[in-house]
Amino acid sequence: MQDDIMLSMHGITMTFPGVKALEDVDFTLNKGEIHALMGENGAGKSTLIKVLTGVYQMDSGEIHLEGVDHPIQNKSPEQAQEIGISTVYQEVNLCPNLSVAENIYIGREPKKHGFIDWKKMNAMASDLLKKLSIDVDVTVPVGHYSIALQQMVAIARAIDMRCKVLILDEPTSSLDEGEVAKLFNLMKGLKEHGVGIIFVTHFLEQVYEVCDRITVLRNGRLVGTFTTEELPRYQLVAKMMGKDFDDLASIKSLRTHKPSEDTVIDAEELGHRGTIKPFDLKVRKGEVIGLAGLLGSGRSELARCIYGADKPDEGDLKVKGKEFSSSHPIDSIHSGMAYLPEDRKKEGIIGDLSVKDNIIIALQAKKGTFHLLSKKDQEKFADEYIDLLQIKTRDRDTPVKSLSGGNQQKVIIGRWLLTQPDFIILDEPTRGIDVGTKTEIQKLVLQLADKGTSVMFISSEIDEMLRTCDHMAVLRDGTKVAELNESQLDQKTIMATIAGGSK
Amino acid sequence: MKPNLKKITQYRLFLPILCLVLVLLINIIKTPTFFQLSIRGGVLYGYIIDVINRASELVILAVGMTLVVAASGGTDISVGSVMAVAAAVSCFCLSGGQVSVTSYAMPWVVGLIAALVVATLCGAWNGFLVANMKIQPMVATLILFTAGRGIAQLVTKGQITYIRVDSYKYLGNFIPHVPLPTSIFVAILVVILTNMMLKKTSLGLYIQAVGINKDASRLVGIRSKRIIFFVYAFCGFLAGIAGMIASSRIYSADANNIGLNMELDAILAVALGGNDLAGGKFNITGSVIGAYTIQALTTTLYAMGVTADQVPVYKAIVVVIIVTLQSEEFKKWFAKMMQKNAERKLAKTAVGA
Repeated sequence: MQDDIMLSMHGITMTFPGVKALEDVDFTLNKGEIHALMGENGAGKSTLIKVLTGVYQMDSGEIHLEGVDHPIQNKSPEQAQEIGISTVYQEVNLCPNLSVAENIYIGREPKKHGFIDWKKMNAMASDLLKKLSIDVDVTVPVGHYSIALQQMVAIARAIDMRCKVLILDEPTSSLDEGEVAKLFNLMKGLKEHGVGIIFVTHFLEQVYEVCDRITVLRNGRLVGTFTTEELPRYQLVAKMMGKDFDDLASIKSLRTHKPSEDTVIDAEELGHRGTIKPFDLKVRKGEVIGLAGLLGSGRSELARCIYGADKPDEGDLKVKGKEFSSSHPIDSIHSGMAYLPEDRKKEGIIGDLSVKDNIIIALQAKKGTFHLLSKKDQEKFADEYIDLLQIKTRDRDTPVKSLSGGNQQKVIIGRWLLTQPDFIILDEPTRGIDVGTKTEIQKLVLQLADKGTSVMFISSEIDEMLRTCDHMAVLRDGTKVAELNESQLDQKTIMATIAGGSK
Repeated sequence: MKPNLKKITQYRLFLPILCLVLVLLINIIKTPTFFQLSIRGGVLYGYIIDVINRASELVILAVGMTLVVAASGGTDISVGSVMAVAAAVSCFCLSGGQVSVTSYAMPWVVGLIAALVVATLCGAWNGFLVANMKIQPMVATLILFTAGRGIAQLVTKGQITYIRVDSYKYLGNFIPHVPLPTSIFVAILVVILTNMMLKKTSLGLYIQAVGINKDASRLVGIRSKRIIFFVYAFCGFLAGIAGMIASSRIYSADANNIGLNMELDAILAVALGGNDLAGGKFNITGSVIGAYTIQALTTTLYAMGVTADQVPVYKAIVVVIIVTLQSEEFKKWFAKMMQKNAERKLAKTAVGA
């Protein structure tokens, strides 16, 4: 093995029942390199990583790690960790009821006379986090912190295990810009120390900001490994999708209808104590309204308040001109609302149920307990939306949890479209989803609006909002601070409004 | 493995059924009389009838327990006590407060309805604590587990109330001119009606959805709390039916012994049926098979001459084996062993060639 190579994987092949997930994939990681692993959903990125970390066992192939003179085959993530391969997954894998320090040192707690040395553990944890300038109280349960901070803790844990190879699987999808910058500083620091970092992300900008090389996978095969300089952005996307890239910025021209003047949602002084201060908001029929703001600014909370996921405790809400008060989400569904929540795993998918059941469940709830949809209808609806949204699944009876993130998201979108809503809230519908699917979802949003459905679109990516929204509300610190109409929608104005203060 | 065989082994109920068959096989070898049937006085007798008859209460409890486990990921440990409460209520009504009567104080149906209403209320109380007060199911149902028998004692004033009326014995024994024990029909009816309730409405889907992900279920418009409340109330109702059967068998209300330890067997039946005790997807047929397996095992042990004190030990051993057979870890280990064996054979033939 060459001196500067940290990790090399050769001819990796891995089959799931009925699907070839990886076929003859090669991958090399140098010391002190940040290496992006790119590909659409289902391209095999996660599978490759899980093979490397021992979650899955590969069918054939060879893995070499620097400092180990025989091919390695990890049987479990613990084993991978022991030899220096640590992972921070997309969905935070911490125990929310344990303290930050416990989470960092779980399984390797400092001991004194056979008992856990709490004092030392807390001190060590607090030192570690201070070094990484993460500001948390290490004795507080992790669940009390935002997903962003939890992610940082997970990374801190991985770093503390003196890893040679650090795998970051979508680490930035729930971080705001400041936190991303902090993470990147962290990554650059680790790079100096010779750690090889595998960075899986869907954010193209981020790839170009920190990565040295890019490996692209498509449909379980290797497309190629390139240095960042030699692969311009549009070519990267083309390689990931395997086709010429239609210009993302141009989709807005798909709109043929203007939003009408009818108001669908009319909130007056609506608020929920502790999450969102009272706000006024009008949504017109056939309009795409964006909610912009930093993470934790109250975007999701505003949406939840309208839908009744968190019951508003003050103010009035009118839906299609009628007074509306929701005591349970089912009332909101009956009034024509639909809500795709931000946290897909926790509030979106019903994991063990089939794709079919996940699609029909909201319509079934709308119809009521005693009006069971016939088996034939259920299958027809499920097939219709699997087809329409091009959900990649073996069949409609596959448990939804075995689908990739993007396809799970499509299932939930299908679930709501099936109820034929007048007003649909999409909270981060494209998070953790590949570029191709992202564009599909954005197009879908515009098509919906064209047909007269009002859409509330929440996203951390301003580009994406600019491509889809007619109108935007900006939030800061749990308060709605401004509304921007179509003529004001440009990156600079939005940024300035989010940031606040004078322009 | 041959494709057909593989298909069979992957069938969800394969292991529960295999376990039941195994228990019965032991009997063919050990106690050949086990499968003999005879007609005495117009009714069928035999060990196998005895198993099916005695398992009735357990089957009924297991049905309710399955739904509780599925929707709430917890267990209702009060069912045995609720059986005693139902028995006490029915005997109290029918005896009019006497210790021993030879004729009903009021129509039998009134006693039945009163018992079922009280049992359902007990279940509803559990449901209220779990769904609305968000108390852990084990703790919430522990209240009636301990208090239930006390309540039953209060109702019967600490006496064993006897109803010495022939028609009271029908439910737990035989109805004249019917060759099979009545409880068999009751159990079958409960299973069929419950299945219909789950399949003809969307309740079955809701219960699974709530058990898998309560938050997501709420957001798609399912009233998660109501579903959880309902399954506990329904479980209480079924415990009431089981209590009526148990009471009819001994034509009395024995607050200390009716349904004693049955909650544990009911939970075990659910587990033996291949259901995940963490909730979510469920299979009632599996639980029913589990219940019959437990009863078959008990009867088998008695038939083999094991004394009542020692039965639990043997039962425990068999349960350990059955539960291990069904565990994921064991399946993985077994698959590995099979593969190694195959490889060894392959190596041997290669050497031979």
